[in-house]
Parts: sequence; structure tokens; C-alpha cells
Amino acid sequence: MSVARRALVLAASAALLAACSPSPAPPASNGAGAPAATSITELDYYADEQGSAAWQKILDTCATQTGIKIQRQTVPTAQMLPKVLQGASSKTLPDLLFTDNPTLQQVAATGALTPLDGYGITTDGYYPSIVKAGTYQGKVYGVAPGVNGLALIYNKDLLTAAGVEPPKTWDELKAAAAKLTKDGKYGLAFSAIPSEEGTWQFLPFFWSNGAELSQLDSAQSVKALQFVTDLVNSGSASKSVVTWNQNDVADQFVGGNAAMMVNGSWNLARLDEQKSLHYGVVPIPVPQTGAKPVVALGGEVGTVPVTSGPTQQAAGKVLSCILSEPTMLEWSKAHAYIPSKTATAAKFGTEQPAMQAFVDEVGSARSRTAELGEKYPKVSQALADALQAALTGKQPADQALKAAQQASGS
Amino acid sequence: MTLVVPAVSAPRRAGRKPRRDNRFAAWLFLLPALAYIGVFFGYPLAANLVMSTQNYTVKSFYTGEAPFVGFANYAAVFDNPLFGTAALDTALFTAGSLVFQFGLGLALAVFFTGRFFGSSVLRSLLLLPWLLPLVVSGAVWRWMFDQDHGVLNAALRFVGLDAVPWLSSTNWALPAVILTNIWIGIPFNLVILHGGLRAIPASLYEAASLDGAGAWQRFRHITWPLLRPVTGIVLMLGLVYTIKVFDVIMVVTGGGPANATQTLTTWSYRLSFQDFAFGQGAAVGNVLILVATVFGLLYLRSAKATLAEAAA
Repeated sequence: MSVARRALVLAASAALLAACSPSPAPPASNGAGAPAATSITELDYYADEQGSAAWQKILDTCATQTGIKIQRQTVPTAQMLPKVLQGASSKTLPDLLFTDNPTLQQVAATGALTPLDGYGITTDGYYPSIVKAGTYQGKVYGVAPGVNGLALIYNKDLLTAAGVEPPKTWDELKAAAAKLTKDGKYGLAFSAIPSEEGTWQFLPFFWSNGAELSQLDSAQSVKALQFVTDLVNSGSASKSVVTWNQNDVADQFVGGNAAMMVNGSWNLARLDEQKSLHYGVVPIPVPQTGAKPVVALGGEVGTVPVTSGPTQQAAGKVLSCILSEPTMLEWSKAHAYIPSKTATAAKFGTEQPAMQAFVDEVGSARSRTAELGEKYPKVSQALADALQAALTGKQPADQALKAAQQASGS
Repeated sequence: MTLVVPAVSAPRRAGRKPRRDNRFAAWLFLLPALAYIGVFFGYPLAANLVMSTQNYTVKSFYTGEAPFVGFANYAAVFDNPLFGTAALDTALFTAGSLVFQFGLGLALAVFFTGRFFGSSVLRSLLLLPWLLPLVVSGAVWRWMFDQDHGVLNAALRFVGLDAVPWLSSTNWALPAVILTNIWIGIPFNLVILHGGLRAIPASLYEAASLDGAGAWQRFRHITWPLLRPVTGIVLMLGLVYTIKVFDVIMVVTGGGPANATQTLTTWSYRLSFQDFAFGQGAAVGNVLILVATVFGLLYLRSAKATLAEAAA
């Protein structure tokens, strides 16, 4: 018994050591010409009930179409990157990986991904911004079947009762939020938590005002941060925005505690479930009339990690199926995403009026990593810190951004 | 087989040989424990030390290549303005949690030594915070702390006080997470201290009562000195548990607002998994290990002194 157990311990420790010590990587190749495998593994982070069910349907459709079995694994969003890095070091990456587009640069930088041109996947007809997000050092490593962005979602009943039109500019937003704030309800809700999620929510204000991530303490950037800070200081938005993630924001909106919210299209399915809630969607208000809203591009890109020739080919086939137009449309409808091909998106927008505002914005949406690449996470963290410092009153907007520019090291 | 022959011919050596065998067997028995410590304790510790001297990036995970940079990571960490904040928050969080966890735990333990109707039921109910997963406790406290709709502020308003911006103010966020952690830590202190109290002979209290000692004198001169060894263990374990608390803070505040609740553990996580500076994250982790080790050694020394005192 004890001998057997000791052998087991030794074997386990040997395996653990082997798993932990990174060995030199095999040369990256897409295994062109190798026969495709009949079964692949897939990893994604669609962990919520609706999203998970919708995604499973897409995978089932493509499994039937390609005749390739797909073993799916889902992890919570926060565990995605640690899991991928662990997989990269122990050479146990999934055959097909769907990851948040700003993380693609990090994963591609490891050398663990294969360029998609080896599987006959082209980027013709896609929004240029999503292609940029999936491109690392001149090669396309990830393509998304659908994208998303942020817009202003408002409660029709509350706005009508207060005699307020959906705002189009910052001035209108400020006035509307102030007017809608009464009886313990706030005019506006948004998320400003100290992570990527907070940065992502602030970027539409930041970019629409002409600020750039390479210069966090520019005058345009300070003005954008001051605008958001004033919304909180004037009481039009709760001080709790620094602790709300986007789900909490949606909770506040559904609960009738906020008349308007900045949130993403993926919430619409949930809002539709509330029969008594009548909502409308307009693009994010812009600094002045006539300016174009610039939101950050969201959505997950499909990638094929380095595994072996046959499984890579099979994963490429499945990815091609997921990126085909009918599947793209089905996914967009089921999860309230925007198809990532311009023509498909236009068709989709006319079919789904609630999605039109989001479709309009995607044309001018920007990829978060286009300019900064691998350096984006550090800058994003610095910007989120500045947002928190200004909203809690720890530092004035200009000082907070100056500190952020220093911390971002660019 | 070989054992038999020398046993007959040379009785002097016969006594020695089995002893050598014993030693061999002893090492064999020790081996599983050593292997366990080496694999699950030594290896991660050594790996973390090595990582803290490397420029370890996401690329390193795949290629295994991480250039040696000496103490550059430590220099970067100590230079970072967040280091002071995180170190101070860690100290305040640990001290605040320990003092109140221990104080309230001891008070409750003394209270429960008296037998009364329903005391065991109540005591087991008090264990609940310990049984709940930390993520669940954290989420519940986050709701209770909500500025506009949380139950704590509702209670404050009910008694006519102003609502407190628990999690959205940089002044209140740290007390709020400390409060959460105190609530979580009380049962541990209660259980161990209660056990320690039960081990004190009742005859001592009877004798003291006969001598006319009051409740405070009995606590001061019997309970407190006899509880000292247990107190040392409780505080030591509490310190090690508290200094490394991660999930509670992560769920309740995420280190915010504006880094007001950033401790060394949450900062280490952030450096590693948000900034992808794995070397710096490892360096912060090592600083924490060092602090915990120092306190561990101090405890061992004081425990030795207490033993020597007891023997003398």
C-alpha cells in the first residue's frame, strides 16, 4: 500500500515537474496538407446562461456541417487568460480558442497561435477595426464572428414622464441626467470599476472627444474625464459607479433605479425579458452636434493555437463555418451582437431596429490594441486608475491623468 | 537473510546492524513527507524566487525563455508609488482584522463557557461565516454595503444617521473590507479559544472563588495566563491567514476605489495578470512570504521561551 502510494506520489511529482518546466516550443506551422482530425477541443468564456446556450447552438450547427466533434470548455472571463497561459506553458492549449479581442495581442505574442491564412480564412468584407484587433505583427491570428459596442440605453417611460428627449450631445446628456434624477432615482448609470471594464466604458467619451491612448493627459482627455466626473459630483450618477460592473449597471437599470445607462448590446436579451420595461437605444452622446461617436470595439475573436497538423486543420474548418454568413447572423440574433462583416451587419440592422444604434457605431468603432499592441493592458490599467481617482475625488482630473501618463510609461 | 549470520558470530556488531536498518527504514518513512514538501512547497517557492529575478512575460509561458534581470523587479516594485499604499493597507488590514477577530472571539468564547439553554445551538450557528465560501460572503457583504440600497445604510437611516459611502469612498472602503474579514474570522478564534478554555481545570476557578476572587480577577489571573499558549497559536495562524487574504478584497472592492484597498496580495495579482509583469508580481509575493516567515520565527522563539519557562 505504502509502496504503491509512494510510487504514485513520485509519478505525480514527476508529471508535475514535467508539466511545470517549460520546454522549447515546436516551430509554428499551420499543418497545411495534413488530413483534418475528427474531433477538436474548444475554449470560450460565454459562461452566462443565455450566452452559453446561444454559443452551444452555433457549435452544434458547425459540428453537424463539418462532421467534426467539438468538445467545449467554458471558463469565467477573469480566468480566461490565466488558463490560456497555463495551457501555453504545459502545451495543452485547446484546438480552437475564442478570446476577448484586446487579449489577442498578448496570446499571439507568446507564439502559441497560428496565422489564419493557412486555413483559407480571409478578412475580405470585415470591418477594418476588427481585422486590426486580430492582427499581430502584420499577420491575422483572430477573426470574430460578431462584435459589440456600447450605446446609451434609456427607459422610455421615465423619459416621456419627465419630458426628456434621448440625448445626442454631452450638454443634452448632462441636462437630461439632471432632470431625470429624482425620487431616489439616478439619471444615468455606468461602470467605472478599476479594471479593463472601467476603461472600456470610459473610452467612448475619451475617444469621441479626440483624445488618444498614447497621450493620456491631453486637454481632450482631461475634458472627457471632467465631464464624467461632473456627472457623478452633481449627483446625476451614483457615487457607486466606482464599484459597479456592467452587470450591476444593468441591474440598476432593470430595477428602475437609473433612467439611462451606458451598456453593451449583449444586455438586450435580458431587457427584453422584462415585459414592463420599455427601452430605447441611441448612440453614445458626442461632445458637440455633428461629431461622430467613437466607441471601443468589443467581441471575441476565434483563434487556432499551435497543436498538431490534423487538429489545426479541423479547427480551421470549424472556424470557417462559424465565420460563414448564416452562422454569423444566427449568433448575432441569439446574443445581440453585430455581424463583423459590413454587408451582413447592414442587413442585420434593418431587420433588428433595436440594434441599429449599435450597427451605426461599429463603423467608426476603434480597436483598443490597434496602436499600442502588447502595451495596451498597462495603459488601460493606468486610465482606469485615473478614472477612479477622479470619481472618488482623490485627485482632480488633470492630475489624475498626468499620473496615469507617467504610470503607463509611454 | 544476511542478518542471521553476524548475529551469531559477533554479538557486538549485531546490535549495530539492526540500528542501521532502522535508520534506513526511518528515512523511508520520512520520504513521502519530504517528497510532499519538496513538490508542493519547495518547488513553487523556488520557482517563485527564480521568477522574481527574471523578466517573465506572457511569451515566457510558451517559449520557456525568461532573461535573468537580477534585482530589477524588486527595484521596480519598491520604486512604484503603489508599494507604499499596498504595504500600509496590508498592515492596517491585518492589524485591524486580528485585534477585533481575537477580541470578539475571546469575548464570545468566555461567554460560551457558561452553560445555558441553547448555548451549543447558538455556538454552532456562530460557525456559519466559516462554513460559507469566501466568494459568497464577499458578494453578500458587497450588497449590504451598497450606498443607495444596502441594508447597512438602510439601518443607519432608520436610526436617523447619514448613509455611509462604504465602498465608493477612499476613506471607508478599507474599514469596510476589514469589517467583512472580522466577521469571517471570528468563528476561527471562537472555536480555538473555546477549546483552550475548556482545558483549564474548573477546580482552579472554584478555589479562586473560595478565596473571594471576582469575575475579572478570575479572568486576569487564571484564564488569561493559562490561555497564553493557545493565544499565541491563534494570533500566529490568524496573522498568516489574514496577511494573505485575497478573495474577500477581490470580491468586495477589487482593490478599489482608487487603490484604497490595494493590499500586497491584490497588487501582486494585478501586476501578474493585468499588467503581465509576472516577475514583479512574484517579487511582491516573495516580500509577503518573507514577512510571514519573520513572524513565524518570532512565534517559534516565543513558544520556546514559554516552554523553557514552564519547565523551569
